[in-house]
Amino acid sequence: MNSYRPSRSSLLMAPALAWLTALMVVPCALVLALAFFRRGIYGGIEYSFTLENFGLVLDPLYAGIFLNSARIAGTATLIAVVIGYAAAYAIAAAPRRWQPVFLFFAVLPFWSNYLIRTYAWIVLLNREGLITQLLRWFGYTGEPPSMLYTEGAVIAGLVYNYLPFVILACYAPLSRLNPELAEASRDLGASAMTTFRRVILPLTVPGIAAGAVFVFVLSIGNFVTPALLGGGRFQMIGNLVYDQFLTANDWPFGAALAMALIAIMLLVLTAQALAADRAAGRIAQAKGGADD
Amino acid sequence: MSEPRTLLAIDKVSKNFGRVTAVDGISLDIRENEFFALLGPSGCGKTTLLRMLAGFETPNHGRILLDGRDIAKTPPNRRPVNLMFQSYALFPHMSVRANVSYGLEMERLPAKEIRSRVDAILATTELVAFADRKPEQLSGGQKQRVALARALVKRPRLLLLDEPLGALDKKLRGAMQLELKRLQHEVGITFVIVTHDQEESLVMADRMAVLRDGKLLQCDTPHAVYERPADRFVADFIGVMNFVPGKAAADGVLAANGARISGTVPAILSPGAAAVASVRPERIRLFPPPETANRVAGIVEALAYHGLDLQLHVRTALSQKPFLVRVTADAADRRPVASGDAVELGWDAADVRIFAD
Repeated sequence: MNSYRPSRSSLLMAPALAWLTALMVVPCALVLALAFFRRGIYGGIEYSFTLENFGLVLDPLYAGIFLNSARIAGTATLIAVVIGYAAAYAIAAAPRRWQPVFLFFAVLPFWSNYLIRTYAWIVLLNREGLITQLLRWFGYTGEPPSMLYTEGAVIAGLVYNYLPFVILACYAPLSRLNPELAEASRDLGASAMTTFRRVILPLTVPGIAAGAVFVFVLSIGNFVTPALLGGGRFQMIGNLVYDQFLTANDWPFGAALAMALIAIMLLVLTAQALAADRAAGRIAQAKGGADD
Repeated sequence: MSEPRTLLAIDKVSKNFGRVTAVDGISLDIRENEFFALLGPSGCGKTTLLRMLAGFETPNHGRILLDGRDIAKTPPNRRPVNLMFQSYALFPHMSVRANVSYGLEMERLPAKEIRSRVDAILATTELVAFADRKPEQLSGGQKQRVALARALVKRPRLLLLDEPLGALDKKLRGAMQLELKRLQHEVGITFVIVTHDQEESLVMADRMAVLRDGKLLQCDTPHAVYERPADRFVADFIGVMNFVPGKAAADGVLAANGARISGTVPAILSPGAAAVASVRPERIRLFPPPETANRVAGIVEALAYHGLDLQLHVRTALSQKPFLVRVTADAADRRPVASGDAVELGWDAADVRIFAD
C-alpha cells in the first residue's frame, strides 16, 4: 500500500495553512459552536445546548429577509452579467494590442477602497447630488428625484462594485474562443444572432457561471452597501447578522444566521464547481486553432 | 464534348487592408464540376481571395459572379458556398452528428430529411461509427472528414477548402489527396482548394491558378503550368528547375561563360536582354548521344538515392548553383556514377524554357 509521505516542497504550504487555520477555520468553528448555545438574559452567552436559534432562522420574519437578500443579490447578478458579458465581448473583439488597455480600465475602480467607492454613490444619488444637478442643468425644475436609500441604489452599488469580476470571468473564455467557430456557423447558414445563441454562448457559459456566482455570493452576504445606500431601510442578511452581534447582543442567533448564510454560499459554489467540471472539456476544445 | 460552363467568374477583384494590397485585380473563371487549386507562397493573397468567395471579406473593387449573379456583397450565410476551414472549426460542444446537421437545421428542413441526408453523408465519409462522438474524441483525419461532411451535406454550388490537408501527416496526406478527388467526382460539386503545396495542386487539380503578391501569374492545367510556366517565378515555384542566367540571343541564351543554350526565345525578349534558360531535372540525360543540342561537362558533387531514382548535383561552368539531375534507378544501374566523377550532361532544345530575368 502507498502511504502519503509529505515531500519537502509541501512544507511551502505550511504558512498558508497555518494562516487559514488560525484565522478562518478556527473562527468559523467558534461561530458554529456559538450557534448551539442560548442567549443570556442580559446578553452574553449561556452555555447550554439548544437548536432554537436555527428554528428562529426559519421564522417567516427572518426567512423573508433571506429571500429578500437572495432577490436583491439575484437582480444585481443578472444586471452585472448582462452588462459585464457585453463589455467582455466588446473587449475580446477589439484589436489584440488594445485588449490589455481596456481590461486595465475595467478593473481600475479596484484601485480605490470599497467604502470610498460606495460613498461616491451617495454623492451621485443624493437629493442635491450630481445626478440632480445634471438634470437641473438640462432644464429640469421639479422635485429632486429620490434615488438614494432605495432598493435600486443598493442594486446599483452592488452591480458597480462587482462588475469587474464578471468582465474578467467572461473575457477569459471569450478571448480563447477560436474565431473560426463563429465564421463556420455563419458559413453554414446561421444568422449572427443564431451563431451567438448556438455557438458562442454555450462555449462561454463557464465564464458566465463563474462571474455570476461571484457576484451572487458577495452580494447576498454584503452589509456595507445596503447599510450605506439602503439607509438601513432595506435589510439584508448581512445587516441582520451585524445587528444581532452589535445591537441586539444576541450572539448565538447571529451565529446561526451567519451559518445559514455560509451554507447557502457553499451550496451555490459547489453547484458551480460541479457544472464547471463538466464543462471543462468544452473549453479545452474551443481553444484549438486560435494559436497557429 | 461541349464547352464546360463557367460557374464562378472572378472579375477584376481587388482587396486591400489599409495600405496593404492583398489581392490586386484578379480575374479568373472557375468551371462547373471542376477541381480548382489556388496556389502560391504565404502572403500571395490566396486566402484573402478564398475568404471573399466565402463572404468573410468584401472586395474593394470588382465582381464575383456565381451563376451570373454578383455575390460580392452577399453575407456568408446567404450564399450557396461552403468553406472547409483550415482548423476544421468543428463545434466542440456538439457531437459529430450535431455538427453535420447544423447547416441543414439553418435551412429549416424537415427533421426527417435532415436525418436521411446526414446519414447519407456520414456513410460517404465513413463516419457512421463516430456519429455520437465529440470532436475531441476524434483523430486528425476523422476531424477532417467531419469538416468535409459538414460542408458537403449542404450541397453547395461551390465548396472551398482552405489548406485541407495541412494538419495531416505526410502519409495520410497522400491518401487523402486521392480520397478528396474521388469524393469530388462522387458528389459532383465544384471544389476550390487553397494550398501552398505545389505537389498537392499538381496531383489533385483539374486546373490551377498561381498567385504571387496578390497578382495572378498563370491559370491553366497542372500539366501546362509544369511544362510551360508563364515566368521565372512559376518555373521555380512549381517543381524543381535548373536555371542558366545569361543574355538573350537569336536562338537561345548566351551563358556568362560564352556557352550557348539552344531553345525557343519568347518574342518579348530582344537580343542582348537579361534572360534565363531553364530545364527540368528529369529532362537532362547523363552521357547524352552526340546529336543532343545542349551539352555541358561537369563534376558530380553529391548524390541522393530516392529508391525510384537517383538525384545528382553536378557542378558545371554554366551556373553558380550545381545542376540537379534525376536519373532513373534503372539507368543508374546500367552505368553507375559516384561522387567526384566527371560526367557530361545533355538536353534537347525543345526541353528548354527561356524567361526574362
